[in-house]
Amino acid sequence: MSGRATDWPAEIHAAMGDLGIDLVATVPDAGLSRLLTLCEDDPAVDVITLTTEEEGVGLLAGAWLGGRRAVLMMQSSGIGNIVNALTLPGVCGIPCLMLATMRGQDGEFNPWQVPMGTRGPRVLAELGVTCRDVEDAAAVAPAFAAAAEAAYGQGRAEAVLVAQSVIGTKSFER
Amino acid sequence: MSLLDNHGRLRRRPLVQALFAGLGGELVVTGLGAPSWDLAARGDRDRTFYLWGAMGLAVPTGLGLALARPGERVIVVTGDGEVMMGLGSLATVAAAAPRNLAVLVLDNGEFGETGGQRGLSARGVDIAAVARAAGFAETLTVAGEDAVDDLRRLLFERPGPVLAVARIAPGEDAKVLPPKDGVVLRRRFRADLGLEQG
Repeated sequence: MSGRATDWPAEIHAAMGDLGIDLVATVPDAGLSRLLTLCEDDPAVDVITLTTEEEGVGLLAGAWLGGRRAVLMMQSSGIGNIVNALTLPGVCGIPCLMLATMRGQDGEFNPWQVPMGTRGPRVLAELGVTCRDVEDAAAVAPAFAAAAEAAYGQGRAEAVLVAQSVIGTKSFER
Repeated sequence: MSLLDNHGRLRRRPLVQALFAGLGGELVVTGLGAPSWDLAARGDRDRTFYLWGAMGLAVPTGLGLALARPGERVIVVTGDGEVMMGLGSLATVAAAAPRNLAVLVLDNGEFGETGGQRGLSARGVDIAAVARAAGFAETLTVAGEDAVDDLRRLLFERPGPVLAVARIAPGEDAKVLPPKDGVVLRRRFRADLGLEQG
């Protein structure tokens, strides 16, 4: 199967059900549009829109303390916003599952996306987050499931980073 | 211990004691600094989750907890500086509209833990008005001795999300420190709720 034929948003949505993840905290990204719509349309899933991604780190921690599994979905620029917030799951050994769609990689038109798109993953790694770079649509859902199992099984911070080559580049033409 | 100081201002420790001495099964999240010491002084308990850092995340953490435990009351106790760092989260909470979430802001108008530098609420920023504008179900600002009954009613009984600002006297109380080991805090919190450690 070619990468483009894989419906990774539907696969992740299905995997969420299998993994007991029924709460989404998000600052949206174009690359997440279909997945977020699937989640919004699913009566079993609650989607909470944030003003900034760091709120999502707190929300995930609180939800898990209360026995509920959540995932933070964001654009790569959100990586920069969550740095100090990661102290909470990090120090407490609380699961923190993140899914980021990447900007600022090959084909990017907007240079302001490049710092977080290229160096954000290294920032996460430096802070103890396990990053799974995914450059093939067929590999997104398996990476997500593995990250979720590591996060919720071991109390770890895990990030699945979906490459721009999977989501496509943003057009700036009118 | 008198609720008011010599200038007629609310004192944080007796206020917290009066509000929370009778805590039952409520789930409490405290913002970093003095609110954590206040709740520890009231008497440490497994169902209080103290933040020692991650400034700005007390309200978002309370929101996540409220969404996970809709049948239980969640009370966030934090300071004006802490809530100001996460001011946007008041909008997030208002939009999510959890009926079981209450926020108490102990507002002394200063950054108490870092030397008492003047904060934004002392320069006219009204946190309760921000919450009201965002869409909280109810807000309250109190400053005097008659505060306790109104605060108790709002924090424990009224449909959320609700937010109360208690204008309190500045100055530091004796530090009463809760456990700082985050793994201990989260393990005992989940254990008290009968949840596996994961």
